[in-house]
Amino acid sequence: MTAPTLDIRRIAGRASITSATHAGRFARFLAMSAKGLAEPRIWVPRAWEEAYRVGIGSLGIVLLISAFAGAVTALQAGYQFTGSIPYYVVGTLIVSSIVLELGPVLTALVLAGRVGARYAAELGTMRVTEQIDALESLGRAPSSHLVVPRVLAGLVVIPALTMVANAVGILAGWASVRLVLPVSDIDFVYGAQIYWRPWDAWYSLIKAVAFSLSNTTISCYMGFSTEQGAEGVGRSTTTAVVASSVTILLLDVVLTKLLLST
Amino acid sequence: MIVCRGVAKRFGAQAVLDGVDFDVRDGETVCLLGPSGTGKSVMLKTIIGLIKADAGSIVVDGREVTTLSFKELSAVRRRIGYVFQYGALFDSISVLENIRLGITDEALFKDLGYVRQRARECLELVNLDPDVARKFPAELSGGMKKRVGIARAIAGKPKYLLWDEPTSGLDPINADIIDALVKRMDRELDTTSVVVTHDVRGAFRVADRLALLMNGRIIMQGTQEAFLASDLPEVRAFLERDFGATATHVA
Repeated sequence: MTAPTLDIRRIAGRASITSATHAGRFARFLAMSAKGLAEPRIWVPRAWEEAYRVGIGSLGIVLLISAFAGAVTALQAGYQFTGSIPYYVVGTLIVSSIVLELGPVLTALVLAGRVGARYAAELGTMRVTEQIDALESLGRAPSSHLVVPRVLAGLVVIPALTMVANAVGILAGWASVRLVLPVSDIDFVYGAQIYWRPWDAWYSLIKAVAFSLSNTTISCYMGFSTEQGAEGVGRSTTTAVVASSVTILLLDVVLTKLLLST
Repeated sequence: MIVCRGVAKRFGAQAVLDGVDFDVRDGETVCLLGPSGTGKSVMLKTIIGLIKADAGSIVVDGREVTTLSFKELSAVRRRIGYVFQYGALFDSISVLENIRLGITDEALFKDLGYVRQRARECLELVNLDPDVARKFPAELSGGMKKRVGIARAIAGKPKYLLWDEPTSGLDPINADIIDALVKRMDRELDTTSVVVTHDVRGAFRVADRLALLMNGRIIMQGTQEAFLASDLPEVRAFLERDFGATATHVA
């Protein structure tokens, strides 16, 4: 009877030590990265390149996901709206669902896979092929060359993509709802406006910024921490995507509690 | 001058360096010999601060490397050129941009005319066509990548050159070319070099002095003649592996 108890304690102990080690290293990594901000002549041009690459490269998948999210929300509204609920409420439902939750969260999760995996794999490969060591050996700070441009590019592009996703999701929902419910454009717009608060857009933007920061910093940290060749790059990439996704979901709960609680 | 005293480094339970004492005088080329996995590359990386030693002292040009801040360490690193085992070229930028990153003087780094001129000089020094500057690392062979790595390391006109296994993975012809380059760099650029290698023949071609690292310690350092005359069983075994039983006749 004692063996399983001991095993659980050992596993819990090991997990605690690993988590604490990562937390400490992550904090040190963030401090090192912050120092890189002091060299704007290095990171500004690289951040622009990175923002263009991430923005253009991710636009297609973000448009696709947000259009489907809007359409599915509308089709489910068609299934649920029976009898006594006024049809204009569907406008409220779609706009609120997309702006408050689906737009920022789906965009962040998709980009955790697309951008996060790319950052972790790029930096991980640079680590195991000694390119990061080479940069340091030349007396240059890897943070200003590699981390700051990626994090800042994500900080600009991911919220912008989220706003685009919100707009496309609402338009796709509007177009789809006309197929399943007898809702006029006037009713839809009325429903969308009646419960709309400008704070909702700020809330969506704040979430997008928080998600982008967690996604890019975690992915860069995992890439920088890569060890042991190609297998290590694979492990870092997978861990970066999983850790970013879980952090996004945790932040979603925390920010909702902090920003929307009455 | 590089002076290492009691340098120790442990990875988990394994003590890779266990009190290494090691000197490199200005202008000389010292080869750090030893079997694979004995910590030669770790020793080289501790000299430039890429790996932090757990204990001991490393003094480069009168500055204690182990206690410097990142900014101070960067200033020391600008006087050192590091040639990585597989080149470690940045694969997303061209050869020209790779060499440009090696130009450590910020004013010269921004001067594109100087950058092109310096890249041409460095590529010529390593026997490469200056047109290679336009290519990307993925378009180069293994030997060419190593030579571009050398060109990058010398672009900032360093006082010291640290060579990490410069001939590993190369065929004998390319290995000879790289050995000749080590000699040429030391002669024409007047650098002080530390060459890490397990290739005894190559070491005898390029070194003024040799040091043998085994079990985490330098078990012998001295001239080629001293090595060939040594009765230490580890030295004999290591030399005879490459030279055969007639090691004493090689000199």
